[in-house]
Amino acid sequence: MMLLLFLWQTLRIAAPYLLAAAGGVVAERAGVVSLTLESFLLSGAFGAVAASHWGQSAWIGVLGGLGAGLFFGALHALATVRFKADQIVSGVALNLLAVGLTRFLLQMGFDSSSNSPRVPGFEGLGHPLLWLGLLIMPVLAWTLAHTRYGLRLRAVGEHPQAAESLGISVAKVRWVAVLASGGLAGLGGAFLSLDQHQFTDQMSAGRGFIALAAVISGRWQPMRAGVACLLFAAAETLQIQLQAAAAIPTQFLAMIPYALTLIAVAGVVGRSRPPAALGRA
Amino acid sequence: MTTLAIQMTGIDKRFAAVQANRGASLEVAKGEIHALMGENGAGKSTLVKILAGLQPPDAGQFFVDGREVTGWTTPQALTAGVAMVHQHFMLVPTLTVAENVVLGREPTHGLRLDRQAAVQAVRDLCQSSGLQVDPNRLVADLSVGEAQRVEILKVLYRGAQVLLLDEPTAVLSPPEVAELWGVLRRLQQGGATIVLISHKLDEVMAISQRVTVMRQGQTVQVLDTAQTTAAELARAMVGRDVDLDVQRPENQAGKPLLRVTQLQVQGSRGQPALLGLDLTIHAGEILGIAGVEGNGQSELLDALAGLRPYQGSIKLADQELATLSLSQRTQAGLAHVPEDRHQRALILDYSVADNLILGKLAEFSRRGVLDQRAIAAHAAELIAEYDIRPTDPQVPVRGLSGGNQQKVVLARELSRSFKVLLAAQPTRGVDVGAIEFIHARLRQARAQGKGVLLVSSELREILTLSDRIAVLYRGRIVAMLPRAQASESVLGAYMTGAAQAVTHG
Repeated sequence: MMLLLFLWQTLRIAAPYLLAAAGGVVAERAGVVSLTLESFLLSGAFGAVAASHWGQSAWIGVLGGLGAGLFFGALHALATVRFKADQIVSGVALNLLAVGLTRFLLQMGFDSSSNSPRVPGFEGLGHPLLWLGLLIMPVLAWTLAHTRYGLRLRAVGEHPQAAESLGISVAKVRWVAVLASGGLAGLGGAFLSLDQHQFTDQMSAGRGFIALAAVISGRWQPMRAGVACLLFAAAETLQIQLQAAAAIPTQFLAMIPYALTLIAVAGVVGRSRPPAALGRA
Repeated sequence: MTTLAIQMTGIDKRFAAVQANRGASLEVAKGEIHALMGENGAGKSTLVKILAGLQPPDAGQFFVDGREVTGWTTPQALTAGVAMVHQHFMLVPTLTVAENVVLGREPTHGLRLDRQAAVQAVRDLCQSSGLQVDPNRLVADLSVGEAQRVEILKVLYRGAQVLLLDEPTAVLSPPEVAELWGVLRRLQQGGATIVLISHKLDEVMAISQRVTVMRQGQTVQVLDTAQTTAAELARAMVGRDVDLDVQRPENQAGKPLLRVTQLQVQGSRGQPALLGLDLTIHAGEILGIAGVEGNGQSELLDALAGLRPYQGSIKLADQELATLSLSQRTQAGLAHVPEDRHQRALILDYSVADNLILGKLAEFSRRGVLDQRAIAAHAAELIAEYDIRPTDPQVPVRGLSGGNQQKVVLARELSRSFKVLLAAQPTRGVDVGAIEFIHARLRQARAQGKGVLLVSSELREILTLSDRIAVLYRGRIVAMLPRAQASESVLGAYMTGAAQAVTHG
């Protein structure tokens, strides 16, 4: 029973990581840095709650989360692909924008600086995005390895000039990738807020960065990144359960997932090789 | 007369400060192998890139098969069967050969990429063209020669009838060049039209039917290969007589300067690359290292320059180099012209003046502040001495032609006080005029009693310059010959492993 509970909680924590990390893999393999995952998650979480509130339906909430993620994805693509802005600067700017914008809209729409009212969401295993999260990495792995678009995406991320010389539109491939990244991570955000039936200020709480760490420690490969997400989620679950059980200070325990992220990125993957064209316009 | 396969007239193209083409023209008949010659920076590559749709011209028109296609795009050019084999390979190293070949025009089966069809297509192309590559290998694992075969397969896969090759032999060994000629002739028999950029006279004489010579962005001459000579071509390119086969005065090799004993080095993938190598360079001597690329040359240079750990001993004038830092090595008397000038010798976005003082900052700064006046004077002096063009010291090195970039590296390294110069591929991608100049400089260093280690994939260069020649094969020196006993055929036999190890002198 303990074990089942542990597994269940791990999955629940892992779902937004998996969706966001999937988005990260897609964008980064196409050569676009994914610091923006945090903004996709946060805007997705807010979009989902706003839409669910407006439509009084959790499914409409899913669409809202998707839409918000796509919108932020489009901003990132516009800045970096169309106008060739620095991908890191654009990422940081969008993360700040997402915090400010959701806070502003929270105040405007729900007259609160901390949280939205309770909206229709999903319960436990009935959360469709949980299952999407579990399926996304295998689907993505297959897509990258076995479809035309996947091949082109990998080529664009490694050697855009080569792709361009063969008549492939690098801009188009990257637009699709960044939009997909926004949509997937937006759904990750929707999972978060629909799971809790409400939006709270800054509820993404750095999960976008942890997802990015999973992408990197998974060496930009979907299945490995998925495993990394599950590991991070398991660590977090352990931390929560230890809080209840042991006498270790909670502040210390709360640090575990982040410390683990740091160790994973710095240590385990010291020698992994990112897509060659990552970060280059 | 039938319609021309290619007709370009009045092509202008400008990049920021550089006018690459000014009223350039090119006419190529159907089914011919046409060479496009000229010095570095003459505008050959630009002209061909315009033709391949990679860049639009600023002015001028061009026609393919009599149809005006001025300013078309790469996809349009590919559809019309005009494709380019690039000088710097346009291959994705993390994909397989087959994936690279079909990229952009992939066979699919529903949603799924049809890998088997891709592999089969590559096998068929290999069969019909005579190019041999395993379609399932990762491009990162290929030799340069194999990578080039993949480039050509890519073009053939697209059904190209007009092939544009930009210096295809720059990185090939002699047997690979011969193989390439075979492939091109076979393609020509199949009806293809081929434009070949080169600045190697013997190649152009060997393979082409006609030659277009460019100089400073303009087309200066079109010649029938059968009715011209290498000397005439060189004159057309440079605008004056060129002599590449200067007789070397006999040298008086002096005392040993650099002594390498039992050198063992690992390659970048951890494989053993040098297996116990011994060599000595004497004062007033050029020691040539011949060998097909990838037989340990890069590792040898890296170890000598201090860029790679090694076992064994390297002594420069009796001083062991192992524990010395790079700057200490420079002080000890080592100068280095690296293989890959873009990666290791130059900061492309820095000015010529700044590149000329790299590694000599101490001489040009006072209490941590750069002495701009001294830097400018230094630059002006070297630019004049080495005839670096353009003469503006503030131009970023990126904007210089390959030959002039190499002159910048050479000027910097030779103006140090050094004992031994490591010269790796000193004339790669450099035009005849500059080659002549660089060779003269290397000889001058030798005459001054310096030791020179010359690593080159150009056998002719090795044979013209070296006093002794070592052949590297699979991490060992398989032959050490005095110049008089070496020839292309003798070296070729050792380079390919056909002849067994011997050591003379």
